[in-house]
Amino acid sequence: MSTTGVLGSIGHFTRRQLVVLGQVTRFFVQLVMRCGVIFKRPRLVTQQVHFIGVHSLLIISVSGLFVGFVLGLQGYYTLNRFGAEQALGLLVALSLVRELGPVVTALLFAGRAGTSLTAEIGLMKAGEQLAAMEVMAIDPIRRVLAPRFLGGIIAMPVLAAVFSMVGIIGGWIVGVVLIGIDTGAFWSQMQEGVDVLDDVLNGVIKSVVFGIAVTLIALFEGWQCKPTPEGVSRATTRTVVASSLVVLGLDFVLTALMFSN
Amino acid sequence: MTSPPESLTAQAATDLATASVPDPAAVLDFNRVTLGYGDFTVLRDLTLTVKAGEVVAVMGGSGSGKTTLMRAATGQLGIKSGDLKAFGQSMSGIGRLEIQRLRQRMGVLFQQGALFTDLDVFENVAFPLREHTRLTDPEVAQKVLENLDAVGLRAAAHLKLSEVSGGMARRVALARAIVREPELVFYDEPFAGLDPISMGIAARLIRRLSDKLGCASVVITHDVPESFEIADTVYIVGQGELKASGTPASLKGSTDEYVRQFLDGAPDGPVAFDYPTTPAFEKWCQAKGVEP
Repeated sequence: MSTTGVLGSIGHFTRRQLVVLGQVTRFFVQLVMRCGVIFKRPRLVTQQVHFIGVHSLLIISVSGLFVGFVLGLQGYYTLNRFGAEQALGLLVALSLVRELGPVVTALLFAGRAGTSLTAEIGLMKAGEQLAAMEVMAIDPIRRVLAPRFLGGIIAMPVLAAVFSMVGIIGGWIVGVVLIGIDTGAFWSQMQEGVDVLDDVLNGVIKSVVFGIAVTLIALFEGWQCKPTPEGVSRATTRTVVASSLVVLGLDFVLTALMFSN
Repeated sequence: MTSPPESLTAQAATDLATASVPDPAAVLDFNRVTLGYGDFTVLRDLTLTVKAGEVVAVMGGSGSGKTTLMRAATGQLGIKSGDLKAFGQSMSGIGRLEIQRLRQRMGVLFQQGALFTDLDVFENVAFPLREHTRLTDPEVAQKVLENLDAVGLRAAAHLKLSEVSGGMARRVALARAIVREPELVFYDEPFAGLDPISMGIAARLIRRLSDKLGCASVVITHDVPESFEIADTVYIVGQGELKASGTPASLKGSTDEYVRQFLDGAPDGPVAFDYPTTPAFEKWCQAKGVEP
């Protein structure tokens, strides 16, 4: 390909990405402007918190437990070299609360709830349900999308907290019950070293940001997809790919902002 | 009609003579409206009026632009030229809120039903009431059951959508379209997928609603016997334009070749079986290196 061709392709790609970025931003503003639905019809939002959050509890809890097991084992092997195995509780807690809790929960959330949101909205579009709402003078963004958006934002930090809690229990099972580390040291080191504002609050902020990003991407993909089986399928895949990349990218940025001196 | 002033050009005088005079009783008024998607024009210079209490059938072959006409009337599609008024208000260039207000006075039965698959039969019909009214639960229940009764599905209120047949789903959609007693109801292929008994009941229901509520009904269909039985006026569209209009009786006696072919279902005649060549197709052919 000639230089002009390469430059043309780059320009075309860049322009397309900018258009998508503009569309996402516009969609985000439209969603935010309709978030007042939480005050007028809170039931719509609680239903979504139940659908998105409660139905994700099992996968989040089981994953948290196994991540905790692995952290307990790996942490013990490393700390044991320096005779610092008593600090296992602190290592497990900080790893989960600061990083793994929000990030792994967001990745699992994208796979479990994000895909389901995209498919649901895409199929509603394919079945003319959204068009029917518009013709009935019902704003589908307000009635269908905004409650799901808010449901995702509320559910994500709660799920991340559950993930971290179950993960810590997993680390305790491996470290204290199986390996035999002193249980008092495990918990007291954790209590001493984990700061509510610096660690827990920052973790919560991360999970809220990830919740906004993943839910926004999932809803946008469903809203924009072609109303065909292939279109919905592609949109669902894009949700997982884009959400995962955005979560990892945002995690780096947020970590740099929160934990740098 | 009075003679145009001498200062008008010949073309303007022709336009003035051919343009219909707006009818104050009209709830829907197409005045020389052209509709289409992108470069493709679906219907040209369409003039059509629907009055309160009237049942109007819009007929034509598949792809003749019947549903496009409904999409324009409900504000889902902008018009290319002409003037389209709903309830006396022009649909050109009006804002989202104004369109919402107009839509609140309309009811639409979609071709595919467009029922909400996560709701049961009862909740589907109750949906517009819950969204737009402050009726109590018992009032909603009474109204919904009345409408389900009208379409013969009162005892199916508790069923999930996955438990009802295609024909039943269309009757649920019909009940949903009329539950708020709109002033203007569009029925997009209301008889499709219905058995002969349900078809007759649905046709009579549309007529009865118009008579009882005084609402205007636009029935988009290609089902000749049922629509001719209930319609006050029939419009036949095809080949991108309005081909004929009049009462069912006058059209039955029509000698127009197009009307005759459509009503008799004759294989030979002016109705083209082939899809018309569009600029998009010509462009596609050019890219493929083949003749259009």
